[in-house]
Amino acid sequence: MTKSELIDAIAARGLTKARAEMVVNCVFDSMGEALERGDGIEIRGFGSFTVRPYKPYAGRNPRTGVPVSVPAKRLPFFKVGKELKELVNSSRNHAITGGDD
Amino acid sequence: MTKAEIVQALYSRVGGFSKKETADLVDHVFDMLKQTLARGEKIKISGFGNFVLRDKRQRPGRNPQTGDAIHISERRVLTFKPSQVLKSVLNPRVPSLNPTGQTNPTRPSMPRPMASVSNATSVSKS
Repeated sequence: MTKSELIDAIAARGLTKARAEMVVNCVFDSMGEALERGDGIEIRGFGSFTVRPYKPYAGRNPRTGVPVSVPAKRLPFFKVGKELKELVNSSRNHAITGGDD
Repeated sequence: MTKAEIVQALYSRVGGFSKKETADLVDHVFDMLKQTLARGEKIKISGFGNFVLRDKRQRPGRNPQTGDAIHISERRVLTFKPSQVLKSVLNPRVPSLNPTGQTNPTRPSMPRPMASVSNATSVSKS
């Protein structure tokens, strides 16, 4: 499912597509802004997002082997909630659809 | 941030919905995500990230507390891959500190990433 498919699914509740798009964008925007502030996000039954700091390290370009220094960074980390974890695992009899990117 | 705060943000930014309708919409968004993943389908939200399912083989493991050998059964797990846009929002770069000349946006502060962004920022991982 892509964001536009999610927008269609929300629009199916009887709002215009433009409104549904605003709703979906606003949800993910506000989540992105929370992470930008360093705030975690907790959605019961779904999971939680936290911002994890990473130290700088000396890495390598895996293709050329050229050493590069990787600066310190912050990355969002998602921890799957218990309910969703079980739902996902019980979907094993279904094929994974949508392929890999 | 909790779901209630997402509801609050939506309520104040997108007018025309009651508090109750707003709360229902946010619930519906997360329900849709859950149902999709429960069907074994992955989710791609451009500008935010992808929720990817992976099938793991069974493997031997250990109880980290006791060191006892245990068997880890095969399972399907969910991982989140943040988008390039979200990663750069969390890591604003001062342009002068970026001698590579790569397109490294200076503080995009959650830009409206419409379709174009997803392919534009497919920079290979460094």
